[in-house]
Formats: sequence, structure tokens, C-alpha cells
Amino acid sequence: MSASSTTVTGTRPSGRVQLFLRRLRGGDEAAYLITLAGAISVLLVTALLVVELYQNSGVSRRAFGWSFLGTSIWDPVAGKFGALPFIYGTLVTSALALLIGIPLGVGAAIFLAELAPPRISDALTFLIELLAAVPSVIFGLLGIFILVPILRSAEPALRSLLGWTPLFQGPFYGVSLLAGGVVLSVMIVPFIISISREVILAVPADQREAALALGATRWETTWDVVVPYARKGIMGSIFLALARSLGETMAVTMVIGNDPRIHASLFAPGYSIAAVIANEFTEATGDLYQGALIELGLVLFALTMVINAVARVLVASTGKEGTA
Amino acid sequence: MLSLTGLCTFVAAGALVFILGYLFVHGASSLNWDFFTKLPKPVGESGGGMANAIVGSAKLLLLAALVGVPIGFLGGVYLAEFGGSAFSSIVRYTTDLLNGVPSIVMGIFAYTLIVLPQKHFSTLAGGLALGVMMIPIAIRSSEEFLRAVPLSLREGAMALGASKTTAILTVVIPAAKHGILTGIMLNLARVAGETAPLLFTSFGNRYWSPGWEQPTSALPVMIFTYAIAPYDDWHQQAWSAGFVLLTLVLAVNVVARLMLSSRGPAAR
Repeated sequence: MSASSTTVTGTRPSGRVQLFLRRLRGGDEAAYLITLAGAISVLLVTALLVVELYQNSGVSRRAFGWSFLGTSIWDPVAGKFGALPFIYGTLVTSALALLIGIPLGVGAAIFLAELAPPRISDALTFLIELLAAVPSVIFGLLGIFILVPILRSAEPALRSLLGWTPLFQGPFYGVSLLAGGVVLSVMIVPFIISISREVILAVPADQREAALALGATRWETTWDVVVPYARKGIMGSIFLALARSLGETMAVTMVIGNDPRIHASLFAPGYSIAAVIANEFTEATGDLYQGALIELGLVLFALTMVINAVARVLVASTGKEGTA
Repeated sequence: MLSLTGLCTFVAAGALVFILGYLFVHGASSLNWDFFTKLPKPVGESGGGMANAIVGSAKLLLLAALVGVPIGFLGGVYLAEFGGSAFSSIVRYTTDLLNGVPSIVMGIFAYTLIVLPQKHFSTLAGGLALGVMMIPIAIRSSEEFLRAVPLSLREGAMALGASKTTAILTVVIPAAKHGILTGIMLNLARVAGETAPLLFTSFGNRYWSPGWEQPTSALPVMIFTYAIAPYDDWHQQAWSAGFVLLTLVLAVNVVARLMLSSRGPAAR
């Protein structure tokens, strides 16, 4: 390749190189086929992934059918497996993460895109995108040793403030659905910020100018014109963050408490789909137990696929049509 | 309201500073040379290091690169240079699909593919899990950087009589080389921190793992095991390991991003 690159810089290729080039010239077909093979392997790998998940969960699917999704008993000793406690735990922690993450993330994105001076905005965005690169096991480590103690000391305040709701009742040990949700919120905020910032920056300048010319203040322009214009993209970023938080494993596993029962209170320990797979997969004895765990994997796969698809449609549609 | 959005930004950026600061204080303080050179000590004995986990992570990343980079790179070249048909949009969609698969599900995939037939955990299975995770990002970044090469370069090469293949090999790929390599580095940094796909593929090992057929320990898995163990000494080592892992990952990210941004918007 280094020899043939002489053609680009303009020197005349020598005889040997010319021969090489002539052979390459006929190689368009070959190159096409080789790269096509690369592209096809992506399809094959994905298809294989789905087939493997489907086949290896067969034992469990035949044994429980659709009731697997609606059963709340998880008893490996008696051979009874139901996914409901894990689906519940996954949904509750993700919902909590969104509840905290959306205002924080969208607020920061508005600040970075509309209000901050470009240089500060770039520096802060750089910093926040680094946050997205932190491995999830590190979040788990910080969750166990920092967040859980903090939540324990914050418990009396939370209880006196919100204790009248069923969500903040019962004993609190630190590891809980609440801790899982808070860790997840820190992890998804960078995603919401960086995508929302991009879509807000993509709003045409004349939209802002028109609003300002009509006498709107800076904030009114941002909140009533720019944000509604970008709302589909922002929604998309939220769905992407949701898909991530549903599939997030390590950080949640380390702080959620690992209790396969359904509790209404956020103070109670719970369990998520990803966490139960991570904890019990290597100790699953028997085909049924393992099949049930793989079926949980299949459920998680299906769930994240649907959410991702919705997110993609939303993000893609922002650029095309002018809303608002 | 304006200051409120500023506060949001401050909280998000502050989280990173806090994480870095805390890990630095806690992890670096107990970091010593033994950490990089010694094997883990048996339970009850203090001291020891994670030399085997560092080597294990390196081996896993090598395997992952061998799986993920060729497929991703070739797929990226296809999409950027030969794409445009309905088939390419199917490939793009599938890439996004694969990118969205939760890491723990990738672990199950490698488990059913390698561990189940072989009936034992292996470095190979862990490497495969990480490698499959690399594919979608490798495709996307290769395609993006190849597309960023100006059309005029291609046309120039072809006007000089180069075939399409020659133009791609000698002009387009060299022009996009830096971007593609940076993308691979970022991709490796991302999977280097993955724990979930390794839990039941490469499993873990308290000793050296010779060859590719045996279970091996890896840095992120060690952090997990040590953090949930009930020994203070192990917690301390988990902090050290966390510090080392995070420093590596963030260093690669910072260098890669600075390189990309210094090459101007075209290379982005």
C-alpha cells in the first residue's frame, strides 16, 4: 500500500508498482465483496444473538408461557420463576432516574446551548461528555461507599418531608430502589445533556430572532420558542437515556439491595432484570433456572429495542419538520 | 430561570469533578508498586496486587479488537464507499440495534455461544463478548470519518486513472486514518470498563491465566468483586483499581477528543 501511494503524490509508478496497480484495478469487485462481507457479518451476529437468546430460553418459555411475565414468585429452590419483581424494579429505578435526570439534563442543555458563552459551553460539554465515559462499575463503587451513606443520613429529612406517601415508608437500610434510581440518574444525565444540546443548537437562528424582535425576553424566547421547536429531539434523548438505564447492570446491582419481592416503598430493596442476571447466572443450577434467566435477558432485549426504536424516530424527525 | 439552568449545569459538571477528586484521594493514596506487580493475596492476608487482572484486561481487549475492528472497519468502508442501497439502510439499522443491546445480554450471548458448548469459562468467551460490543461503534466511526474525506480527493484520484479500489486504499483511507484510529481507541476505552459481559464469560481468576482457554480476571470485574466483599483491605484495593481504570479510560478519552477537535470540524 505504501508503494502504490506514490501515484497520489504524483511520481511515476515503477514497473512493479504498475503491475500491482493493474491487478488492483481489476479488484473493485473483490473489494466490494470483502467489505460487503463485513457488513453482512453485522446482520449475522445480530441474528445469531436473537436466535441464541430465543433458543436457550426455550425450557423456561415452554414451562411458563406468557405467565412468566406476570408472576411475582422467584423461587429457584421450588423451581418457580416469574419475572414481575424484576420488571417492576427495572421500571421503578428507571422512572426515578428520569424524574431526577430530565429536569437536570434538559436544564443544563438549555444553559449550554442558549445561554452560556460558547467557550464556557464547549469546556463544560467536554467535561460532561467525559462523565459519560466513566465505567459503570465505578459508579457502583461510588454508589456503595458514598451515595448509600449519604442517603442514610438524608433519610430522616426525606421521611419527614414525604413520609405521608407510601413511597417513603418502612425500614431503610441504604441499599434500595431509591439508591438504584439516584445512581442511574447520574449516569443518564450526560446523555440527555449532550443530545439535547445538539438538537437545541440545530434550531434555526431566525426562530430566535423573530421571537426577540416581537419583544420576547431571552428566557421567553428560549422556553416558548426554541425548546418547543426542539421538543422531539429532546424527547428522543430522553428515550435513549431510558433505554440505557433499563439495561444498566453493574451500578444498579451494587446498590439496589437484591430482593426479588415487590415493595411499594422506594426505601425498600428491590431487584432489576440486569442485576438478577448478573448475580445469579453463574450459580443457576439446572436448565430451567438458567433458561429463566436467559428469558429475562430476552425480555430486557425486547424492552430496550422498542425504546431505542422510538428514540431514533423522534431524534430523526426533529431535523425534518418544523414543529411549533 | 436562567440561573436555575446554570445550576443544573453546575451540578452535572460538579458530579464529574467530585468523582475524579474522590477516586484520586481514595484510590491514589493506597496505590503502590505491589498493585501492578503482585497477585491477589488469599483472604485474610493483607497486601497483594492485581497484576493478573491488568494482564487479563489487556488480553481481553486484544481479543475484542481482533473481533470488533476488522468487522467494524470493513462494514464502515462498505457503508461509506459502496453504500446507498436499501441494503445499507438495513445494515445501519441493525448496527443501531446491536449498539442498543444491554451489555449483560452480550454476556449471555457469548455464554451460549462459547461457554455452553465448551462447558468452561474462558478468556476467549470474554473477548468475544467485548468484541461484539465494539462492532457497532467501530462501523459508525469508520463510516463517519471516511465520509468526512472530501469528494474532491476521490475524484482527483480517479481522474489520475486510479480504480475505485485504488482510490479508497491509497487516498481515502490514509486521509481518514487518524480519525479511524482515534475511534478505535475510544471504542477500546469504552469496553475496557465493561464488567457485566465478563461476569459469566471470562469469569475471574485469582491466579495467572495462561493461554486463552482458561478463565481470567479483569480489572473491572475485580473492582466489582472487591467492592461487594466484606473486607476493608479489599475495599481499599477496589478504590485503587477504580482509580487506575478511570485514569486510563479518561486519559484515552481526553487525548482522543483533543486530537479530533484539533483537526477541525471536517474531521469530526
